[in-house]
Amino acid sequence: MTVREVMEVLDADLICREDLLSTEVNTACGSDMMSDVLAFVKEQAILLTGLVNAQVVRTAEMMDMHCIVFVRGKRPGLDMIELAEDRDMVMLCTKMEMFTACGKLYSAGLRGGSGV
Amino acid sequence: MDSLRLHYDVPGDDFTRAGAASGDVKRMLKQLGISPTVIRNVAVAMYEGEINLVIHAGGGEIDVEVSETEISMVLSDHGPGIEDVELAMKEGYSTAPDNIRCLGFGAGMGLPNIKKYTDEFRIETEVGVGTTLFLKVYIQ
Repeated sequence: MTVREVMEVLDADLICREDLLSTEVNTACGSDMMSDVLAFVKEQAILLTGLVNAQVVRTAEMMDMHCIVFVRGKRPGLDMIELAEDRDMVMLCTKMEMFTACGKLYSAGLRGGSGV
Repeated sequence: MDSLRLHYDVPGDDFTRAGAASGDVKRMLKQLGISPTVIRNVAVAMYEGEINLVIHAGGGEIDVEVSETEISMVLSDHGPGIEDVELAMKEGYSTAPDNIRCLGFGAGMGLPNIKKYTDEFRIETEVGVGTTLFLKVYIQ
C-alpha cells in the first residue's frame, strides 16, 4: 500500500513531505523505545510511536524508514519536522492509540519485518 | 584508494544533536556506493555508541576510517567507565536513569546492539578514567 493509504486508514494529518505520499510501504513497527527499534527491526518502512523527540527521526534515519506516524495525538516539534523533511521522510499524526493504529494497518495488509 | 578518515567531537550536553555524526557518516558511505547492509550496520552501531557518549559519558570523540576492505570506528570518552563489562553486555541491563528511558533509550540494548551490528568489537574501560570502543564492519 502507499503512504497515502496509510494516512487514510489512520485518519491521520500530514505533517511533512506530501510529495512522498505515493511511496510504497509493506511493513511497519510500533514502539516507544528506540533502543528496541534499533535492536529488533529489520526492514520496516514505517515507525509508529508515541515518543516525541529528535531521536525518533534519527532512529528512523539509521533504519532507512520512509514514514513516521505519531499516535495518541502527539505532535512533533519544528526541529523534528525540519530533520524529517531533509531526510526524505513523511510524518503523519493520528489521534488513534498505538494498539488501534497498529491493528488497523495490520488489517489493511501491512506486516512486521519478518512477514508476520 | 587511500583510506578516508573522519573525526567528530560529540558534545555531552545536547541530546537533540546526538546522532548527527552517525547520520553524516551514513550519507557519506552512501555516496561512496557501499552496500546498504554494510551502511546500516555501521550507522546503527555508531549511533548507539554516539547515544552512549551523550547519556553516560558527558560526550566524547569518534574517529572513522574507511578503507577498501573495512570501516573502523573508535569511540572514546572520559566518562565514568564501566564497572562490570560482562553485565553491561547483557541484553536488558542498563544503568541509564529514568529521564533517559523517557527519551526512548536505556533499554539495555546499546552495547549488545553494537556488538550485533559489527564484525569486530573490543572495549577498553577503566572506572573513573573512561571507555573506548574499537569497532570494525567489513565491506564484503
